[in-house]
Amino acid sequence: MASSIRVRATTNGDITEVQTLIQHPMDTGLVKDAKGELIPAHFIQQLKFECNGKDVFVADWGTAVSKDPYVKFSFKGAKKSDDLKISWTDNKGGSDTITAKIS
Amino acid sequence: MTTTTGPHPTRRLILQGAASVALLGLGNLPFVPAYAAANDKYPEDAFKLKNEADAIKALYGKTAEPSDKIKLDAPEIAENGGVVPISVTTTLDKVTSISFLVAENPNALAASYRIADGTLPSVANRLKMAKTTNVTAIVEADGKLYSATKEVKVTVGGCGG
Repeated sequence: MASSIRVRATTNGDITEVQTLIQHPMDTGLVKDAKGELIPAHFIQQLKFECNGKDVFVADWGTAVSKDPYVKFSFKGAKKSDDLKISWTDNKGGSDTITAKIS
Repeated sequence: MTTTTGPHPTRRLILQGAASVALLGLGNLPFVPAYAAANDKYPEDAFKLKNEADAIKALYGKTAEPSDKIKLDAPEIAENGGVVPISVTTTLDKVTSISFLVAENPNALAASYRIADGTLPSVANRLKMAKTTNVTAIVEADGKLYSATKEVKVTVGGCGG
């Protein structure tokens, strides 16, 4: 199965810019489906970015983050072709991990 | 029965009770409450709070003061409350955390980001908004809390699709 995480990490030599798009329903638990039944909450709680053995960016999310979440940030201290490990966990125990090369 | 010998046992119990309360009180003094933003755990409780001020307090244990060094970028009008692009950048130094709150959402706290040393204090993300309300960005810098707020008009709410 294709990964739920899509990432683009590019460096200009000093600053690495990371853009991430994750496929996830991010259900709030407040919305009803077509039959009028409540769709249970299902959302990513934590998303981590790790580079060279260090957590560079950690996101804690609630249900108010949009479906198929997008996040962008930048950090220093990485080189071209360094590994950037991205992992998330959701409130139902689901998770996914990907390792991207910085370009 | 030895328990019915007048008022003394009761009085002793009350005294003992008072003593242990006093001990507990003293024992608690050296503790500094560990707030969610200070450790690695997912701040589950803060995300469950309805009110903005309560969520900030649960997350950081202090209140924020407005700062013009925070640039909160959000649309004036969001046509779709389900996907509102919001970003924040700050010129403040030693930023350790950035959080986003939407005042009138069912739960005010939307997202909280931990900024490591060497990571730039700038985050862009997309949030859901139930209706027209204020969006607040909280920045923790050098142990202090700063905030910036902007109203976003929502034409179609992000809850109930």
